Amino acid sequence: MLVMEKNAMTEEIELLVSKYGQSRSSLIPILQDIQRKHKYIPDFAQQEVARLLDIHPVEVFSVISFYSFLNSSPQGKYIVRLCQTISCDMQGKAAVAKAIERELGIKFGETSRDNKFTLEFANCVGMCDQGPAMIVNERVYSKLTPEKAVQILNELK
Amino acid sequence: MESKGDFRAPVSQTPHTIEKPKDTSTIGGMISVEINEKKISVPLGTTILEACKMAGITIPTLCHHEDLCVAGVCRICVVEVQGMRTLQASCAFPITSPIKIRTSTPMVRKARKHVLELLLSEHYGECYACFRNGKCELQFLAKEYGIDQYTFGHVTEPQFEIDNSSYSVIREMSKCVLCKRCVRTCIDLQEVGVLEAIDRGDKTHIGTFLEKPLADVICINCGQCINRCPTAALRANDPSDEIWAAIDDPKKHVVIQTAPSPRAAIGEEFGLGAGHSMTRELNTALRRIGFDKVFDTNFTADLTIIEEGTELIQRLYKALVKKEQVALPQFTSCSPGWVKFIEHYYPEYLDNLSSAKSPQQMFGALIKTFYAAKAGIDPADIVSVAVMPCSAKKFECNRPEMNDSGYKDVDFGLTTRELARMIKEAGINLPEMPKSNFDSPFGEASGAGLIFGATGGVMEAAIRSVVEFVLGKKAEDIFEKANIIPLRGFDGIKYMEIPIGDMVGPVPKLLQSLVPNWDWLKGATLKVAVAHGTANAKKIMDDIKAGGKFSECHFIEFMACPGGCIGGGGQPIPTTPEIRRLRAQAIYSEDESLELRKSHENPHVVKIYQEFLTEGPCSHLSHKLLHTHYVKRGRYIA
Ligand code: SF4
Ligand code: SF4
Ligand code: SF4
Ligand code: FES
Ligand code: FES
Repeated sequence: MLVMEKNAMTEEIELLVSKYGQSRSSLIPILQDIQRKHKYIPDFAQQEVARLLDIHPVEVFSVISFYSFLNSSPQGKYIVRLCQTISCDMQGKAAVAKAIERELGIKFGETSRDNKFTLEFANCVGMCDQGPAMIVNERVYSKLTPEKAVQILNELK
Repeated sequence: MESKGDFRAPVSQTPHTIEKPKDTSTIGGMISVEINEKKISVPLGTTILEACKMAGITIPTLCHHEDLCVAGVCRICVVEVQGMRTLQASCAFPITSPIKIRTSTPMVRKARKHVLELLLSEHYGECYACFRNGKCELQFLAKEYGIDQYTFGHVTEPQFEIDNSSYSVIREMSKCVLCKRCVRTCIDLQEVGVLEAIDRGDKTHIGTFLEKPLADVICINCGQCINRCPTAALRANDPSDEIWAAIDDPKKHVVIQTAPSPRAAIGEEFGLGAGHSMTRELNTALRRIGFDKVFDTNFTADLTIIEEGTELIQRLYKALVKKEQVALPQFTSCSPGWVKFIEHYYPEYLDNLSSAKSPQQMFGALIKTFYAAKAGIDPADIVSVAVMPCSAKKFECNRPEMNDSGYKDVDFGLTTRELARMIKEAGINLPEMPKSNFDSPFGEASGAGLIFGATGGVMEAAIRSVVEFVLGKKAEDIFEKANIIPLRGFDGIKYMEIPIGDMVGPVPKLLQSLVPNWDWLKGATLKVAVAHGTANAKKIMDDIKAGGKFSECHFIEFMACPGGCIGGGGQPIPTTPEIRRLRAQAIYSEDESLELRKSHENPHVVKIYQEFLTEGPCSHLSHKLLHTHYVKRGRYIA
């Protein structure tokens, strides 16, 4: 990161800390805001959050690694999260997954070359009665079929 | 340090700790409990685990450690509490009302066995090819619970790569049982913050920031995590194979220096209780193993006192008389864990760190110069080993700046545990060894060097010499038996003021080239402090940063490990508050039994300034060999 980018990042985090407070419990809202804006939480940001909340960088990293909706590496413009939990699985998640992979030419866990799409599995997103379900950025899509999923992605392309 | 009250414990654990009443005679201060039909009464807030211990009942534990806050994650310690539907983790259950407990019911036994079998199902390793064989808590429990099959299967392939990037600590996460003792050690006890649980569910493992190798993160190499780990998942980087090779090579002259703390603790590895000093037995054992010379690190501890004390006097003289800008308080620099801690977290204070090397490294530089010349041995043929209580000493001897003799000053840092194993491998039972002395030309050292091993010891040693230098009086006339009690014991931070008064003595010969007289110290008060464990060091540093009371100190001793070196990361496992106390006692009583108890009175030290470092302490040659510089590392990881 360039010095200027770093300074901007520090300023941004300082603002978030003053918004949410300096206690440990502010960690998640702060990380969510950074994630929303940058699509991931850069190494430097993790260390700055740690410094400003007086915790250790590894604790921040631990929290990010725990939650699938927080990322520590750069993601595509659209993060596609397909539910992999049992209800969706039984309602045909596997076929949807295959179709998505074929359409985008990448596997789950990967980001497309043009940095447009990142594919990830998520655990139950609370749409069990309308599975298979996926979330693209912050929008939920339910009752997917392979065709429907491909169509949704094509509209975003 | 010994009180857990001011730890920055994770919020989730606060409700589990219930303050025990100071005065248990108050109403409700004592609670009666029934354990397996036996009635006892315990102070309010006592955990079931502690209560059972009082009643003489052993409960198995894995994630519990006396030095650490409660975690309650392994569930091996479960018991039945009457009226509760599920089994309760006894280590995390504070007693607040009268209860009935059963510790060995079919349900309890089955649950414990299942916990073990589940742990073993994910535990990669074969005990006979494992360094913790015979000393592993998991293995011990498996034996105790009669595990004779893998009910839930057993992994046959390692799940993780071994991280052996660090000079000091090796991580083998395939052997980890996720007790998080290392995490609580590194974050809560030491406040360094290298290790945490990464990922979730069956992928959970203990990792570092961004999963970097240990050598690339802010690990200070203290090894405290190794000392808390119940299994072989964490171990020190053991050089004993290379040392054997050197011993077996007839061309090599292999010398070893022993520090006081391993000597006070190594007996534990041979079945003795804590607190038996094995100094002279060890000398014999080392010779029988094949070391050519055995030296006493205390000799250079004495030298450290002279060099570091002189440096302090120089700094004070510059500040008070010449009105120059100098960095004060001066910080001790003999703990390599502390040195790395300040390099990472407070690099702006590196000027405060004494430039004197640690005793280990001073010795290394002298062995390959002074000793080599005296003994007529080519330094290239000398292999220099240091027995230390410390895993950070391994990192220290590998620092690139530690080559002032023209060679690697100290070739290998060996921990107490590793040396004990070498001695056993040689078929020697240490406690049965006849006693013998150290080799010349360094010979015996003073008790001042000896007490370096316990927290406060460096400061006590320094003050014994400084008061004699400045006041011209015997330390015994000021402190009873020259024991400086306020600097002893295990309070996390100790503080002391020593008024100089109006009576100063003549300047001793050794220092005459540096100061004309002591008049400038008349009426002054020397302020000193001591901290052990980096969590306490951090408190002092933050206070100094904020311009608090410690910023007015003149000299501060810092040790990275709780209890000082006697509680070092290379010491026998387990190390607990009680064991630290006994080891310290061994050191202090050995000191009291000696005639020679002040560094500047050590005749060998006096001699080395006459024969070798002829320009005196902090002179050109002593700066070249005995002093060093530090690296601004900072806290950011790229
Ligand atoms: S860590 Fe313990 S249980 Fe595991 S292989 Fe080593 S000795 Fe055996
Ligand atoms: S050696 Fe010390 S600093 Fe490094 S991980 Fe272990 S406890 Fe933390
Ligand atoms: S590395 Fe050791 S101390 Fe740390 S969690 Fe694993 S078993 Fe426990
Ligand atoms: S299982 Fe997929 S949303 Fe619940
Ligand atoms: S020892 Fe009690 S839960 Fe681990």
